[in-house]
Amino acid sequence: MKAFAALIDRLIYTRSRNSKLALIVDYLRHTPDPDRGWALAALTEALDFPAVKAGTVRALLATRVDEELFRLSRHFVGDTAETAALLWPEKPLPFRGGVGVGAAGLEQGGGPPPAAAKERNSQVSPPSPEGKGGLSVSDAVAALSATTRSDAPAVLTGLLDRLDADGRYALLKMALGGMRVGVSARLAKQAFAQAFDVGIDDVEELWHAIPPPYEALFAWGEGRAARPDLANLAFFRPFMLAHPLEGESIDLADYAAEWKWDGIRVQIAHGGGETRIYSRGGEEISAAFPELVAAFDQDAVIDGELLVRGEVQGGEAASFNALQQRLGRKTVTKKMLADFPAFVRVYDLLAVDGEDLRGLPWTGRRRQLEAFVPRLAASHFDLSPLIEVADFAELAVLRAGARDAAIEGVMLKRRDAPYVAGRRAGLWYKWKRDPLTADCVMMYAQRGNGRRASFYSDYTFGCWSEAGELLPVGKAYSGFTDDELKWLDKFVRTNTVDRFGPVREVEKTLVLEVAFDSIHASKRHKSGLAMRFPRISRIRRDKPAEEADRIATLQAMVT
Amino acid sequence: MLPKPWLEPHPHGLYVKPADLWIDPSRPVERAAVTHGHADHARSGHTSVFATPETLAIMAMRYGVDVAARENRAFAYGDGFERGGVRFSFHPAGHVLGSAQILMEYAGERIVVTGDYKRRADPTCARFEVVPCDIFITEATFGLPVFRHPPTHDEIAKLIAAVRAEPDRSVLVGAYALGKAQRVIAELRGAGWSAPVFIHGALERMCALYAEHGVDLGPLRLVSEAEKDEMAGQIVLAPPSALNDRWSRRLPNPVTAMASGWMRVRQRARQRMVELPLVISDHADWDELTATIEEVNPKESWITHGSEDGLLRWCELHQRKARALHLVGRDMEEEA
Repeated sequence: MKAFAALIDRLIYTRSRNSKLALIVDYLRHTPDPDRGWALAALTEALDFPAVKAGTVRALLATRVDEELFRLSRHFVGDTAETAALLWPEKPLPFRGGVGVGAAGLEQGGGPPPAAAKERNSQVSPPSPEGKGGLSVSDAVAALSATTRSDAPAVLTGLLDRLDADGRYALLKMALGGMRVGVSARLAKQAFAQAFDVGIDDVEELWHAIPPPYEALFAWGEGRAARPDLANLAFFRPFMLAHPLEGESIDLADYAAEWKWDGIRVQIAHGGGETRIYSRGGEEISAAFPELVAAFDQDAVIDGELLVRGEVQGGEAASFNALQQRLGRKTVTKKMLADFPAFVRVYDLLAVDGEDLRGLPWTGRRRQLEAFVPRLAASHFDLSPLIEVADFAELAVLRAGARDAAIEGVMLKRRDAPYVAGRRAGLWYKWKRDPLTADCVMMYAQRGNGRRASFYSDYTFGCWSEAGELLPVGKAYSGFTDDELKWLDKFVRTNTVDRFGPVREVEKTLVLEVAFDSIHASKRHKSGLAMRFPRISRIRRDKPAEEADRIATLQAMVT
Repeated sequence: MLPKPWLEPHPHGLYVKPADLWIDPSRPVERAAVTHGHADHARSGHTSVFATPETLAIMAMRYGVDVAARENRAFAYGDGFERGGVRFSFHPAGHVLGSAQILMEYAGERIVVTGDYKRRADPTCARFEVVPCDIFITEATFGLPVFRHPPTHDEIAKLIAAVRAEPDRSVLVGAYALGKAQRVIAELRGAGWSAPVFIHGALERMCALYAEHGVDLGPLRLVSEAEKDEMAGQIVLAPPSALNDRWSRRLPNPVTAMASGWMRVRQRARQRMVELPLVISDHADWDELTATIEEVNPKESWITHGSEDGLLRWCELHQRKARALHLVGRDMEEEA
């Protein structure tokens, strides 16, 4: 647990992605099975111990620590797991030679932990890799998994008594979930690939098919075993991705054109009697879309765009804004299902009836796809149509005129290309609609993270209301060059009019041209608007602030 | 509980009526007894200041000899003076160089004002002494049971390990200019770190003052006079305000560290963009605060600046008479 606790601690304080990666790589290489697998599962929130909840921890603490002191401490710390980890009574540290310090004041109603818990724990602890008497991650997982609601307090007590404050924090975070160390599943997979020098695509594919603690995965990674066999499993296949089209002219004899829909890219895999929906990062999101899981009853794997049917659009795909109502949910209510019905517009067919189609050229897959889609329920699945145009120039005209809220741009796919993981040069291009732009006035600035920690690099900007008031319309932290950043940083420092913690309010004089993909109505902001992907496209030193755009102008761009 | 008729707590300090003297007043007064040199206890503009020689030296350096009090009186630990029937004496508080508890004896009653204090060893100042008293006026910066400072040598070992782990980077430690910075350097020396420690210009004079008072800090170099490359694999100290400032751009890809008791709480450390939190404090932690009250065993405890509620609750649970004093202008965030 010591090594895992140290890893979590380092990850919390490390901001750069590469440094996080290096920390996980090091841990995976130097930690034995099954500890590293459980740790990886904990980091990616793949563990769940139904018998242990925040309430269990609070109730347990109440038997050890005065409730008022717990309340005051929780208020200060802001996190139950951390408060409990710090408050758990242990012998006070001696601060002077000889004489002990005496009461630490925490023994209210305390007493030694129930003997049963101690016994139980010694039973679940095989010789641990952390040295004698140490509690390993596996010990902790074993104990927490075997826990019932009634013996959870005793089991937790036994575990907490064997750990120091950092270990207790790691244990409680692992038990309660919500690790919040900034490690996505994608980052964890990359760390695995880097640690054992194996392909990220293989890791992506195997990851979801092997349950924690992933011992078969480690055995393969370390070259001790063959690649696990995934036949008959609803596993995730890494997505094929596109490069942005930048000025290249494309011959449509070689490339097929298709709309790029503005939803979320998903893969639906069916195998071994199970259907799973994966997001682009390989995270399983089946629970959020039960109606799609139920409707997908074919032995196949598809790639498509998940969209929400909007009433206003007459049953057509609604804007991304509507889809957001359905994202990130662990369960969905009937009302959500009725108000925001989801469907998938299918782009590609990766496997069907036990046959892997990824090696076929796009034309071959497309033919099979067109034959396959009618096998699916039309209420929840439709075919992404091809755009029939004579030449590239005609396509450009069509793209420029597309104003459908659910269209993000155009996709160009090489007709003879197989389905390969990741972004390969020349195979797929995305050609997004030209961004919208608005001239806005900088209002607030905040320091960035990591390398940018000493720069004011995050800017909040606004436009003018009818009443002549500047209202915030968005926030951007990209789009500028390093030199422009230095200039902007200096502008903020020399034009600060007020400070609110890390935020500086600036003199409302600088006009920024902001580019964004789309703009939506939003109740969250006073301006009633929210931009999608806003970024700074130009610094308009030449333009007086009074001539920046008005809110009404932006409202006219709302989709 | 009524305050003592001869000692009045005011928002801007404690007033000792028979002696017409203030303790650690936060605004200029005629006569002030000062526990230690931190700005929230030692203000400029008093007519005369009673303090230890080290505290007077710190005040003179910070406020300039002319700005500081005109009629100062210095007292070594154990010494004191009498005024208006009140006997005052100074006793080590273990907080920073020259820090003192002030004992007042009047009409058969003994009152101790701790100022800020800690109990564990600190190579840069004299160790706290338990002074028996009737009323113990204690600080409570870390008056919540979540605050338990780990052994200092463990934190110093963490710092040294971090420097050695990445020889291309420097480790930039945010440390308050008076006390914390010198203690971190002295603890590093104790742990065998003999390389020059690079310091921000704002620390230079205080380090020199400590050295003049016999605290050996070893070789120090100014960041402003060093080449970027020289600081790779080295330890750099700066006041906390400089951590994320433009100043730090001159360092080779620094790891940001901070030495403070607040670093015990992860979110506090994250808010300050700290990558390497070092729980090193010049204030008593919860165990030290509570154990000290038990050892001193006063009839009453008066609790000032910090988490008064937590320590007050502890006193209640242990059937100890206590009250909170609400003094203003005590800013612990930076120096704790």
